[in-house]
Amino acid sequence: MTAEKIFKNPKNLKRRKFINSLMILLCFIAAVLTILPLLYIFIYTTQSGITALNIDFFTQLPKPVGEEGGGMANAIVGSGILICLGGLIGIPIGIMSGIYIAEYSKSFLAGAIKFTTDVLSGVPSIVVGIFAYGVVVLSMQSFSAIAGGFALGILMIPTVTKITEEMLRLVPHSLREASLALGVSRWKTTVKVVLKTASSGIITGILLAIARAAGETAPLLFTAFGNSFWQTSIDQPIAALPLQIFVYAISPYEDWHRQAWAGAFVLIFMVFIVNFLVRYVTRNKFG
Amino acid sequence: MTADNFNKNDEVNSSESEIFIESEDSADDQAKQKNAVVTNNLTVYFNKRSAIEDVNVKIKKNSVTAVIGPSGCGKSTFLRSLNMMHEMTPSAKVFGEIYINGESIMNFNMVDLRKKVGMVFQKPNPFPTMSIFDNVAAGFKLNGSAGKNDLNEIVEKNLINAGLWDEVKDRLKSPAVSLSGGQQQRLCIARTIAVNPEIVLLDEPTSALDPVSSSKIEELLYNLKSEYTIIIVTHNMQQAARVSDQTAFFYLGKLIEISRTRKMFTNPKEKLTEEYITGKFG
Ligand SMILES: Nc1ncnc2c1ncn2[C@@H]1O[C@H](COP(=O)(O)OP(=O)(O)O)[C@@H](O)[C@H]1O
Ligand SMILES: [Mg+2]
Repeated sequence: MTAEKIFKNPKNLKRRKFINSLMILLCFIAAVLTILPLLYIFIYTTQSGITALNIDFFTQLPKPVGEEGGGMANAIVGSGILICLGGLIGIPIGIMSGIYIAEYSKSFLAGAIKFTTDVLSGVPSIVVGIFAYGVVVLSMQSFSAIAGGFALGILMIPTVTKITEEMLRLVPHSLREASLALGVSRWKTTVKVVLKTASSGIITGILLAIARAAGETAPLLFTAFGNSFWQTSIDQPIAALPLQIFVYAISPYEDWHRQAWAGAFVLIFMVFIVNFLVRYVTRNKFG
Repeated sequence: MTADNFNKNDEVNSSESEIFIESEDSADDQAKQKNAVVTNNLTVYFNKRSAIEDVNVKIKKNSVTAVIGPSGCGKSTFLRSLNMMHEMTPSAKVFGEIYINGESIMNFNMVDLRKKVGMVFQKPNPFPTMSIFDNVAAGFKLNGSAGKNDLNEIVEKNLINAGLWDEVKDRLKSPAVSLSGGQQQRLCIARTIAVNPEIVLLDEPTSALDPVSSSKIEELLYNLKSEYTIIIVTHNMQQAARVSDQTAFFYLGKLIEISRTRKMFTNPKEKLTEEYITGKFG
């Protein structure tokens, strides 16, 4: 159809304008539908959670069934320990394989790693939990923080690898050449120039990976297992916030339900803080 | 034990052969000593296609050599083979011999060679995460040899030599990318000469700059000549005529002519050279 025809045919023009408005409206509705659940989750969790939130929640152990009060101090500390262990495993491996893919991508191994991380990022987290059970729990003959950290670490690897690779590829080739031309070795160039230039982007990716791992429940069910007492040795079962929320939420007790909401609120709040940190780090770079 | 013996034998053999070469080709060797750069049949392939072929040059110490020729004739390829920059390109294969101050570059490791043969690129490429100060000191900082040197002194000296000191002395801590393009390029020159190379390669260093910045850099080259051997690729014939002692003309991967600049621009040996510098093609 020629342009002339379109302009001369007002009916056609009207129809096109109508379709145009309709599509914009649909996009708008979709956008609202994206925001609504998040808004709803946030408001509802805050409403239900904040009332159960008090000092005890952060400082006390869970009370035995039937007793009121108590808190999730052990689960908060446990989650911290699990995330540290997971990060200790997932971050270095993720960064290094990202470096390998981005900087040495000509090798066959780099292609294999890339493929594996893509597949791994699609594996359901409960499967990773089963894997950690098979590898760590069975060989240690015990549920443990190590097993939980191992599972979280494996879940973090693909995210960190991918973001590292992408960020390193954004670093202009001319900077590598500038460094090499100064007589700086390839490895030092990679670490001190390329990695450094990409660091704020990589930190963003790591924070997001941590935020995701913090909320993972399934892979902890049969690795960290949970614990209602203080436990900080990493070869013992350990409490975790998402696990505690899960146990409390499916219990029949009103008080536990309230505490589960409080836990959910704390978890979401933590994820929020991480997101703000991400914003802050990235703004520093481009601002 | 056997390995030790083997190594010893090897050493003896190599020193013997060196003596042998010296006595045989001492004239050739002296020529290499006097020259900062000598190439013998230098040939570079990218994926089986040659980019330069059989290039033979002799470049005197403390001279300025301009490399001219139409785009794609292999100027950058030639320059980048002198500091082994092709090592980063897997498809590149380099044949022939290159001597730096009389020593074959096969005897250098990459790092030492590049400390001797510095390079400035077409597009200014300061490190964006570093300050002006740190960029000049980058050669030391990145190599982890910062502690052994007085960086303040090195930075000041080289910024003065690069003609940038007066413009930046009050803001050494600001990011290098806050400078103008011309200033960034002079910063890159300061960064290159800070590690004290003997030879400085410049690949069209002014082609991304305005005329005023370009002439500042030309001036700078003139001053650097007393301390360094300079090889500069340029698209600008006037620039070649102004700054260089000798000029090399490349065409389709071949070195057509290398002569004293004055001679090349008034009375070239080759017809092709004359046609190029008079603008008949290019
Ligand atoms: N990395 C590379 N891979 C493949 N071919 C290349 C590469 N670099 C240069 N070439 C080829 O080598 C020839 C010479 O290029 P170059 O030295 O950059 O020319 P000049 O600097 O004179 O413009 C060109 O034909 C170019 O396409
Ligand atoms: Mg070029």
